[in-house]
Amino acid sequence: MGSKGTITTTVGKTWDGGNEPLGASYGKLMMWFFIVSDALTFSGFLAAYGFSRFKFIETWPLADEVFTHFPFAHGVSMPMYYVALMTFILIGSSVTMVLAVDAGHQMKQGKVAFYMFLTIIGGLIFVGSQAWEWKNFIKGEYGAVESKGGSLLQFVDATGKRVALEEFADTSIPKEREQLTRSKGKWFMEESSIPTYSLEQIQAGFKSHPDLLVRIETINSPETIATTKGVNENPALNSPKQKIILSRAESEKRLADGIIVIEGANLHRNEYGSKLFADFFFFITGFHGFHVFSGVIINIIIFINVLIGTYEKRRTYEMVEKVGLYWHFVDLVWVFVFTFFYLV
Amino acid sequence: MSHEHVSNTKRIWLVFGILSIVTTVEVFLGIIKPESLHMTNFIGMNLLNWIFIILTIFKAYYIVWAFMHMEGETTILRRSVVWTVIFLILYLTFILLTEGNYVFGVFKDATIKWNF
Repeated sequence: MGSKGTITTTVGKTWDGGNEPLGASYGKLMMWFFIVSDALTFSGFLAAYGFSRFKFIETWPLADEVFTHFPFAHGVSMPMYYVALMTFILIGSSVTMVLAVDAGHQMKQGKVAFYMFLTIIGGLIFVGSQAWEWKNFIKGEYGAVESKGGSLLQFVDATGKRVALEEFADTSIPKEREQLTRSKGKWFMEESSIPTYSLEQIQAGFKSHPDLLVRIETINSPETIATTKGVNENPALNSPKQKIILSRAESEKRLADGIIVIEGANLHRNEYGSKLFADFFFFITGFHGFHVFSGVIINIIIFINVLIGTYEKRRTYEMVEKVGLYWHFVDLVWVFVFTFFYLV
Repeated sequence: MSHEHVSNTKRIWLVFGILSIVTTVEVFLGIIKPESLHMTNFIGMNLLNWIFIILTIFKAYYIVWAFMHMEGETTILRRSVVWTVIFLILYLTFILLTEGNYVFGVFKDATIKWNF
């Protein structure tokens, strides 16, 4: 406007607008922008996880000892099966999503709706599975004792099998106190739940079970085993790349330094090992679960729009394609979370 | 929306098959942990972990190329997305892992016992 002297003669070519060097619509391009930035967010989290893991490389928990639960299989150690199932569910819902996009290209409303519906169901199952995984993680299985120095002591029997606190705690000793709840408090006082067993009960129980041993956080390698004091003499108990098991005498000494009983996991401490492990688990899988949850909500909105024929009227199902991009991205992130949390 | 609108159902199921097989292999290796792979180190990591990471990138490639339809986008869009992300991730991972390894060494060799 106004600059009359600068009319160019190359109108209708490059600078005339309507030129799409990326060949993608505005909406899809913005979705790619979002995905790139979100990918970098997740990489930041996973790289921070890697940082902490490298920092505590000799004491980091072993994932296949932590995630061993499977529905309806109580007491059976099934490492990885459950997360593998979750991975299949998510890949499956990715497939139904891409089938919905494909049906959208052919303008088949009914087919798009059907595949969107399956995608939503898959997403809901995945979020539910993650909730179940969290429940098991928070509840814990064996329990542990934290020592004065902040390291974790777990318990094993003479064969090196993990032993839960409830199997040996001496409950004849009275617990030092009961939990403070609102109803018992003088003022608005309460406290977070205290462990089922007191430290005295655990220590007494350990004394009366001479076959029990303490397992420390340190992972067995030629280097660590040489520098650890009081390693168990039985070579069958200490295999490479497993947590080091101590001799009975050293076990008693370490347990005497215990300060707190830990059951399950919270943001302060957990029974699996490094405190950061649970923090990262909650944060990364939680953030991913939040993405899946938002994905399900967006999928539902698009699904309703498919049903009421919004995209039939528009003569294009591009919205399905855009939400599909997001959904696949969530699947993509899970592939990496799966590797770095459960496999590596 | 300038891509051809032919049905790709066959390819979708093929990619689903590939992803499922790779995941099954990963889980299988993760459970049995073959000693020859798990105990052999190669550039700071054992071979098993290298296999996991390579298989993950392989899966990521199929998800992005087939499911997110990156193969149908223009070259410049593909490069803008993929190279940006790859470069930044490599950079970030290199810096943080090197630093993490350094901090580990500091803790290990320090005269202060920090965890006992």
